[in-house]
Amino acid sequence: MARVKSYHEINEKIRKGEAVVLTAEEVAEMAKTATPEEIVEKVDVVTTATFGAMCSSGAFINFGHANPPIRMEKIRLNGVPAYGGLAAVDTYLGATSVNSDNPEYGGAHVIQDLIDGKDVILEAWGKGTDCYPRKHIRTIINKETLNEMFLFNPRNAYQNYNVAVNTTSKIKYTYMGTLLPNMRNANYSTSGELSPLLNDPEFKTIGIGTRIFLGGTVGYVVWPGTQFHTNKPKDENGVPVTNAATLAVIGNLKEMSSEFLQAAYYEKYGVSLFVGIGIPIPILNVEMARRVSINNSQIQTSVLDYGSPGSPKLGQVTYEQLRSGEIEVNGQKVKTAPVASLSKARKIAGLLKEMIQKGEFFIQEPVQLFPSNTSLKGLVEVEMLDGEGGKL
Amino acid sequence: MNSVKRKIILRFPPQSGDKPLSYVLVKDYDIKINILKAEVMPGKRGSLLLEMEGTQRNLDKGIAYLEAHNVECQPLEKRLKFESLKCISCGNCTAVCFAGALTMNPETWVLEFNKDECIACELCVKACPLKLFEIDFRDEN
Repeated sequence: MARVKSYHEINEKIRKGEAVVLTAEEVAEMAKTATPEEIVEKVDVVTTATFGAMCSSGAFINFGHANPPIRMEKIRLNGVPAYGGLAAVDTYLGATSVNSDNPEYGGAHVIQDLIDGKDVILEAWGKGTDCYPRKHIRTIINKETLNEMFLFNPRNAYQNYNVAVNTTSKIKYTYMGTLLPNMRNANYSTSGELSPLLNDPEFKTIGIGTRIFLGGTVGYVVWPGTQFHTNKPKDENGVPVTNAATLAVIGNLKEMSSEFLQAAYYEKYGVSLFVGIGIPIPILNVEMARRVSINNSQIQTSVLDYGSPGSPKLGQVTYEQLRSGEIEVNGQKVKTAPVASLSKARKIAGLLKEMIQKGEFFIQEPVQLFPSNTSLKGLVEVEMLDGEGGKL
Repeated sequence: MNSVKRKIILRFPPQSGDKPLSYVLVKDYDIKINILKAEVMPGKRGSLLLEMEGTQRNLDKGIAYLEAHNVECQPLEKRLKFESLKCISCGNCTAVCFAGALTMNPETWVLEFNKDECIACELCVKACPLKLFEIDFRDEN
């Protein structure tokens, strides 16, 4: 009978300091000589990680009430617009929101300044109400003055991502980096065999409530991420060969570090946020041992032409090929480059491994598993009769 | 005599276009020159990135000759700034560096910057999402 372990059993081992923890790269190496049956006997937890630019990120902030109080309806933080459609002094600051006078500075930079303990200028306007009479405030805030500040990223940690090339004769500036004309480079993002959702492709252990490493502290998976897609093309191992599932994650921004959360500006694209995420995968059974054994030569992704409308697919390559520095696309040899930091991802996987080994981080069983049959809708442009929009 | 290679940024003052300075470098000082980058603004200043190869003695003499004609000469590496401590090794700069100056270490995946290979194309300046590169080619300051 094949070995089966419970969450309780693994957490007891962690509590006693006896858990065997490997990173996903270490277990991929081990799997070259060990079977899944042997791995489930030997290994309790495998740590995965990623450190890449994730635009769909941002922070909820509560400023506290001034005297006299104001219902903040238009909010700027260092000139960056934050959402004014919540309660009086709550806001959501999106990572990609920018200061119109300085579009290279955005929400991601404000978030980084706040976690670094820097002062930030808050300016807000309201119409003035009986209970919130004030119409304008301009003051200085920082991490210590805020009541709450938590990261809530609706779409992070993409399960696989496409390789970007550009077949046109013009340089393209994208969130996948600078794409040189005539397919002179190919940029890829995922941390391959170390990537969280590639090691649990059917979400058997990663679900709502999973405890994770987020931006330097403990965070949680709170929902399937936006554009969560389980029906993308898969390879013979059941791993998607293009961007598929995603995670919505949450964590206390006050405890995060700019070592694992880094603001970025992409030329002629805009602002984004590099997010460091680490996810532990409990090796509950042979099935999970088999999943985490996957290595870069077995994980494939799609090469898309970001220069052409609809980004047509030009080919499919493995992460081993991508890491070699060169791939072949349509008979042409193309130089490859990463646009997400593998060295940071390795650091996160290593830190998470240490935290578990020391008994500082326990594995949380999901309180609810993700849906298993979802797809994406496009945005349909509905033809409206003159004036019809006004009735809505 | 061993020959050495140097990459030098030359800054020409206005009204310096009338002298065949590079011809003199070749003919009188036996220096092989390779123009890697040039920007000339007529009536204003001009900048040139030259790879110069020759004996150390001839290179010193050639540079002294240029400086005597009011051409500022500075090694390229002194005009390259890279805030390495802030680098996250994402790799975006390596995607555009065809000179081979910016590469990822294939074991550690940490960025390596070999300034000797740089040709001041400046593509990394825009490609770096953290804006950590600065190349002072035109003396805009």
